[in-house]
Amino acid sequence: MKTLFIIPAYNEELNIGTVIEDIQGHVPAADILVINDGSADATGSVAKNLGVTVITLPYNLGIGAAMQTGYRYADMQGYDIAVQFDGDGQHRADQLKRLLEPLERGEADIVIGSRFLTKGLYEAEVVRRFAIRLLSGIISLLVKQKITDPTSGLRAVNRKVVQFFCDFYPDDYPEPESLVLLHKARFKIAEAPVIMEKRLLGNSSITLFRGVYYVVKVVLAVLVDMIKVIPRR
Amino acid sequence: MDMIPVLATLVSLVIVLAVLELIRRNRLKEKYSLLWLFSSFVLLWFSVSRKSLHLVAGYIGIYYPPSVIFLLGFLFLIIINIHFSTVISRLSDRNKTLAQEVALLKEMLEREKGR
Repeated sequence: MKTLFIIPAYNEELNIGTVIEDIQGHVPAADILVINDGSADATGSVAKNLGVTVITLPYNLGIGAAMQTGYRYADMQGYDIAVQFDGDGQHRADQLKRLLEPLERGEADIVIGSRFLTKGLYEAEVVRRFAIRLLSGIISLLVKQKITDPTSGLRAVNRKVVQFFCDFYPDDYPEPESLVLLHKARFKIAEAPVIMEKRLLGNSSITLFRGVYYVVKVVLAVLVDMIKVIPRR
Repeated sequence: MDMIPVLATLVSLVIVLAVLELIRRNRLKEKYSLLWLFSSFVLLWFSVSRKSLHLVAGYIGIYYPPSVIFLLGFLFLIIINIHFSTVISRLSDRNKTLAQEVALLKEMLEREKGR
C-alpha cells in the first residue's frame, strides 16, 4: 500500500536528519513529507538534501494546521496510508510494523502508538505521566473505549481518515481532540504498543502547574469538540 | 432640565454620523456596519423620544427610564462582539486554508521546475 510519512517540523534542524534517515532505513518503500512550519532555522534545507519532499508553510501555522497540510497532500496524491511521525526524534521507525498491520488488515481506521501498553518501558517525568493519565481517563470516557496514550503523536491512518482530516482537523490540541472527532464520526480507533525515545536534543520539561493547566485546556477543547456538528459516516 | 436625554441624543448622533462617514470613505464594509447603524439608530430613537423610553421602562419594570438606554447599549455591544468573533473565526479559518494551499502549490511548482 502507498504509504506517506508526514513529519511536522518547527525549528528541528538538529533532529530532522536523524529522523528521516531512521525512516528511510526501516521503511524504504514509504514516501516522506516534511511540513516545515515556518522554521527560522535550516530544517527545510536539511530535509531537502536528504531527498524528501518538503512543504514550507509561509508562516508558523501551528501543529494542527501543519499536520492538516500533510493530510491534504496525502489526499491529493492518493496515498492509502498516512503516518504522523514527530520531527524531534521521539518516535522510532522500527516500531512501525505494529502500527501499520491493523490498518492493512482493515481492523482499524486509525492506530495510535501507545507508550503505556508496554509496561515500565517509558520513563517520563512524574508530572507528564500524571497529566497523560488524567487525560487518558477523560478521553477514554468520552470516546467510550480505553485510550492509554491520547497525546501520542505517532499514529497511522487510512484513506478514509485522511479525507476526514482534510475537512476536520483541530488546531489547538490535535492529538487528543482528533480522537473525539473521529469517535463522533464513528471511525474505528485502535492502539498499538510502541517504544519511544526521550527527545533527542532540546528539552521540554514541565512544571506541575503547567501540567494541570495543560490538562484543563485540553479538557475544555475536547468538551467543545463534543458539541460540534460532525457528519456521521 | 435633565441632562441625560440631551447627552444620550448627542452620543447616539455622533455614533450614527461616525459610522456613516466610515462607510462613505470606504473604511467600513456595509456588511459589518449594519449592526452598528441599527444599534445607534435605536439608541437615538430612545434618547429623543421620551414617550417610548418611559413606555418601555414601564413595560419591563425599570424605575429609572434612562437605564433602558444603557441596557440596550450593553446588549447591542454583546451582540456586535459575538458577531465580530464569528467574523474573525471565519477569517482565520480562510487564512489558514489559503496558507496551506499556497504551500502545497509552491511544492508542486518546484517539482515541475525540477523535472
